[in-house]
Amino acid sequence: MSRLVSLFTLSGNTPREEHVTVLTRIRGFAVLLATALAVSACGGSEPPAAGGGQPGAKEFSVALTEPDHLTPGNTSSSYSITVLQALFDLPVVIDAKGQPQMRAAESVTSEDQKVWTIKIKPGQKFHNGEPVTAESFADAWNAAAYGPNAWTNNYYFENIEGYDKLNPEAPEGSEEAPKPTVDKLSGLKVVDPNTLQVTLTGPFSQFPITLAYTGFAPMPKAAFADLAAYDIKPIGNGPFALDGTWVRNRQIKVKKFEGYAGPRPAKSGSINFKIYESRDTAYVDLRAGKVDLIQTIPPASAPEAKKLLGDRFVATPSGTMDYLGFPVFDKRFASADLRRAISMAIDRQAIVDAVFNGAFKPMSSLVAPLVPGYREGACGEACVYDVAKAKALFDKAGGFSGTMNLYFSNADPSYEQWMTAVANQLKDNLGIADIQFRKVPAADYLSTLREHKQDGPYRNNWVMDYPSPQNYLQPMWGEGNRMGWESKEFNDLIAQANSAAGMEASIPLYQQAEDVALREMPMAPLWNWQDQGGYSDKITGVQIDAYSPNLDLITVK
Amino acid sequence: MRYTIQRLLQAVPVFFATTFLIYAMVFALPGDPIVALAGDKPLSPELLHTLRERYHLNDPLLVQYGRYMLNAVQGDLGQTFTGQPVSELLQGRWAVTAQLAVTAWIFELVVGIGLGVIAGLRRGGIADTAVLAGTTFVIAVPVFVVGYTAQILLGLNLALFPTAGVDEGWPVSYLLPGMVLGSFGLAYVARLTRTSLIENVRADYVRTARAKGLRRRRVIGRHALRNSLIPVVTFLGVDFGNLMAGAIVTEGIFNLPGIGQQVFQSIQLQEGPVVVGIVTMLVMIFIVVNLLVDLLYGVLDPRIRRA
Repeated sequence: MSRLVSLFTLSGNTPREEHVTVLTRIRGFAVLLATALAVSACGGSEPPAAGGGQPGAKEFSVALTEPDHLTPGNTSSSYSITVLQALFDLPVVIDAKGQPQMRAAESVTSEDQKVWTIKIKPGQKFHNGEPVTAESFADAWNAAAYGPNAWTNNYYFENIEGYDKLNPEAPEGSEEAPKPTVDKLSGLKVVDPNTLQVTLTGPFSQFPITLAYTGFAPMPKAAFADLAAYDIKPIGNGPFALDGTWVRNRQIKVKKFEGYAGPRPAKSGSINFKIYESRDTAYVDLRAGKVDLIQTIPPASAPEAKKLLGDRFVATPSGTMDYLGFPVFDKRFASADLRRAISMAIDRQAIVDAVFNGAFKPMSSLVAPLVPGYREGACGEACVYDVAKAKALFDKAGGFSGTMNLYFSNADPSYEQWMTAVANQLKDNLGIADIQFRKVPAADYLSTLREHKQDGPYRNNWVMDYPSPQNYLQPMWGEGNRMGWESKEFNDLIAQANSAAGMEASIPLYQQAEDVALREMPMAPLWNWQDQGGYSDKITGVQIDAYSPNLDLITVK
Repeated sequence: MRYTIQRLLQAVPVFFATTFLIYAMVFALPGDPIVALAGDKPLSPELLHTLRERYHLNDPLLVQYGRYMLNAVQGDLGQTFTGQPVSELLQGRWAVTAQLAVTAWIFELVVGIGLGVIAGLRRGGIADTAVLAGTTFVIAVPVFVVGYTAQILLGLNLALFPTAGVDEGWPVSYLLPGMVLGSFGLAYVARLTRTSLIENVRADYVRTARAKGLRRRRVIGRHALRNSLIPVVTFLGVDFGNLMAGAIVTEGIFNLPGIGQQVFQSIQLQEGPVVVGIVTMLVMIFIVVNLLVDLLYGVLDPRIRRA
């Protein structure tokens, strides 16, 4: 819905918590009914017609949900990112295999994983003709890190030296933070026009891969003259430039940037991002030939879309995962055996088949399959459905007495569906008689977890920022986690991995940390999401992967 | 004239009461909108504080409301959480919703009264039975089912109308959504017209008119129908307000960037200024439309014309 409420956010909530609502639930049903009517009336529907969108030479259209912002430092919405990936070349890019490749940067190197040298490729230009230099990056990053700007991606810069000075803490007893005295990160040093030196607060081997996040895009000098204007008409350094301005709730048009000197010139003339309120409507428009590419076909329509679109139906693995977290701070959940027993009593495959049309993948690992360092079955028997073993372990741990409350938000009806399935399985397989649901308003859900108000297992969702095990393990199991779980062994392993000699060397250490988290099972992995998209027969070269829709590769027939 | 002014003056307290009520209700929604916006991402207390200050969320209700009204009087309706001025946002969206509502309303008016007359004149005939059955069906089926069915059958399969969006402008892009939105009201208009007409056709003055040897067309059109339309006009008036306010589902299905979509999003995001702005406008529309309806009574029936 991401999002009706899809939607729009200073908001990272669109990618984080899907914005789906009562309305969409009704729609899901309506589509089924309407489709049934349509099919019976017409004896099958036709495949999408050729053509679509506005005429215009070599233009294709992409269905989008309204973004929140288009300033790269101020949005984490996946809808904004789709547009920004066409407008900007980031220092690094993640290829389809999850490996970092250089894009705007020539190299990102470090001797000690703490001081990093980024060499910028010379000769690149912004859409307004300004050259892309080390300063363009430093300016953009300083702005994002500057507390009073209150940009969404502020915290991505917290491990760069000098972040504290830009985000001073409020003094004791006051809510008001003092205004920072400086507006530049001391850890960013422009050595020469093509060299940027970044000093981190500590060693961090995964730094290069984080540079693929849109929050690290460069900004031209012109942007800072009027940031509000820039937000609706961003100037980037990518293969497409904005054509006109962002027409809110209607469309964002981009056209091929003729001055582009980078590695991925556009293969089409222009893209029209058509903004839809509802994914169902976008899908109808794809069938009507009015939009050429949609990245999320509604799950209810997926089986039909598969039939209608054939090769033009694309399923893309995603980094998004669902977990069942345990309130380890509550002494009824203090036993690791009990937590493992609950994990073993859940039939993940059955739930995936029943609730998600089999499109999601049951998980036995804390990180998604597309992340380097993923091990299938890392969890071992603790994630394998086995009623007898689960029951034995459950009894050994002393069982569970009292009411078990299950927590989830009301953001999407599917949460309640799968939680109900989990409750039934725990009842049948472990004999936990009294299970209640705690359906929390979406706006309240995350603060409930943050404040440790949940006294039972809860739904935990994670959308990947960059393909590193660190991006899963540290935010979710590291210090200050929602489970109230504390493990020095785990934290030490993460710290070692972060300061390892490089990406390669860090992986075995992250895996060891993952093993600790799986052994203690403060949070059980459930399943990995999959995105289902489709495109019209007007375009070719569609190569959507988990990191980018790669719109520059698309050719209009 | 005096009556009109009186009615408009009555609107002033209504205006303040509704805006305050709406503001208080949005204010009372659980959860912190800023925290909710950040999703699963960490949000430092400093950032949170800066944003709460920016949107004045730390002030007490009365102060927030007072500031809002003060700015509103000067034409500043505040801004959304994404930084777009509310007045600019509403401008674009009202146009869409107004076009949709007018389309739906004309559809209700013309087709609804037409069907009602056909059914009412031949009570018990095939046309009457068909209209009764058809309208019962329309009233019974929820609007989203009608909407998606119409979109897929008429828009996608038969390609008679655009499936969604406003690219083709008024009226083309608004025909199908207008018909869907108006279908419910149409069913009521048709039934009201029919019942009212059946009653009036048997009234003394109609018999008199016939006895005078007036032509049938004149008897029905000038005498019976004119009287029958009073309840219909009442309904159409109130319904115009409903059409403006009730387009949430229709706008969603047909991807029309109007008021319905916006109010729905804004309630979820707890964007007080936007919700209040929209609801205030809706209240004003209701007040004005009701006034017009009352004035129109006088035109239809001189007996209730006021001084």
